[in-house]
Amino acid sequence: MTGAITSLRTWKRPPVLLKDPRWRWTILLGSAIYLVLAISSVEVNWFRVYEGLERGWKFIQGFLSPDFNSRWRDIQAGLIESLTMTLTSTVAGVLISVPIGLGAARNLAPLPMYTICRSIITLSRSFQEIIIAILLVAMFGFGPFAGFLTLTFASIGFLSKLLAEDIEDCDSAQIEAIRATGADWWQVVNYAVQSQVMPRLIGLSLYRLDINFRESSVIGIVGAGGVGATLNTAIDRYEYDSAGAILIIIIAIVLVVEYSSSYIRRWVQ
Amino acid sequence: MLELKALSKTYKTGDRALTNISFSVPAGQVVGLIGPSGAGKSSLIRCINRLVEPSSGSIYLGETELTKLSGRTLRQARRRIGMIFQEYALVERLTVMENVLSGRLGYVSGWRSFLRRYPQADIDQAFSLLERVGLGDHYNKRADELSGGQRQRVGIARALEQNPELLLADEPTASLDPKTSRQIMRLIQGVCRERNLPAIINIHDVVLAQNFADRIIGLRAGQVVFDGPSSALSHEALTRIYGAEDWDQVQQSSEPQNDEFLFSHAKVLELT
Repeated sequence: MTGAITSLRTWKRPPVLLKDPRWRWTILLGSAIYLVLAISSVEVNWFRVYEGLERGWKFIQGFLSPDFNSRWRDIQAGLIESLTMTLTSTVAGVLISVPIGLGAARNLAPLPMYTICRSIITLSRSFQEIIIAILLVAMFGFGPFAGFLTLTFASIGFLSKLLAEDIEDCDSAQIEAIRATGADWWQVVNYAVQSQVMPRLIGLSLYRLDINFRESSVIGIVGAGGVGATLNTAIDRYEYDSAGAILIIIIAIVLVVEYSSSYIRRWVQ
Repeated sequence: MLELKALSKTYKTGDRALTNISFSVPAGQVVGLIGPSGAGKSSLIRCINRLVEPSSGSIYLGETELTKLSGRTLRQARRRIGMIFQEYALVERLTVMENVLSGRLGYVSGWRSFLRRYPQADIDQAFSLLERVGLGDHYNKRADELSGGQRQRVGIARALEQNPELLLADEPTASLDPKTSRQIMRLIQGVCRERNLPAIINIHDVVLAQNFADRIIGLRAGQVVFDGPSSALSHEALTRIYGAEDWDQVQQSSEPQNDEFLFSHAKVLELT
């Protein structure tokens, strides 16, 4: 008897976000209409696409037969510039980020300090690297110095924010215990905080080094020096074989940096 | 000697953690602080070394009024108070030796502590304390390589490295098995006897408290509802602290003073 009753019970997962089915349908239908309208408003010049495919094919051919030799001097100079920019900006970024990160951690800094440091981070993070590079190239002229400043500025936002968040996630019992011994603020940071965040800080710095190298080849295109500038010149001159060579070198360096940094990060844990 | 006068603590959320607490602890006395969860035991202990700010009342350690201090004078007072924590609160990535030496942070300058160049006397004392707590060979191990009982021993050595005038312990045995709990409590009791050191041990386990404390203070809802020698902790007193319960079962197991027997029944109270 009871078996018959229980077998009649049905269950359906209740809707989570929108309880009213009318709302669900309106939103679904609305988005579908918008998508159709949006797609139909994009003008596609099919002839241009065909031409582009042809150029793309040329590019792939150049990529498959890379020419390292004829522009080697330019490539070499660009690479050295890029690597210098990468390393110097990462080091400068880390040095500036550590104090800002400490100031932006709510469990260590008083409110006014916290607000100031968080504002610096927000400012740095609100602009994409290319925009900063365009501004700094306009201010300081073409070349790697603008690139160095761009990458340093971008690194500060990235590193300070993640460092501050890691400090806030620290085990508060360890901080409390060191504070209970009568230690001052610097000693608390040195013993309880530094030992907890150091592996992460090393990992983040290496990750940023990796990002900075990739960015350094992008911001070269807007005039901030490095191998990006060389790449841009090669493409402008339709020298796809040299461009292919540059791309292969960039990919190789990114791979090396990526693997070695992930290896080091595992090692410091 | 520690003296609390009309201490109260109300948190920003409006929770009244402590109401009008007054008592004093003479030198060498080990006080067991018992009470149900949320009775304010942790808040009380942390008010003494000002990890939690008291709302009103005053606390005296010897001649110093702890509740009046701030900045440098507060840090100087804190180094006179050793503290032992529930989850040991060791700095996990530092070595055992660094953890013990961190008890001297209030005494050494910033650059000495940064370079780990402690005065020879501090290092000698750290070695002898590690031997006292039975960890003589482990000084270069990282703290997170040790077992729970060993970590708590390091915690005790760190507190003693301060040469404290008062020892505070916040649930020092809560994360340990019954046997290790007894060993740790015996160690704390032993070092307090050796140094004539007063201690306040906040503890859940009534049987442990009765066995290792000279005096029991019972807290309920932020107020002292029992204060007397461990032997005076009757059924009636336990009911006042924790509420009605069949204490006979507990009493049966705590009557014989034989260690082995006690140990095998030590957890009965927590189960009931």
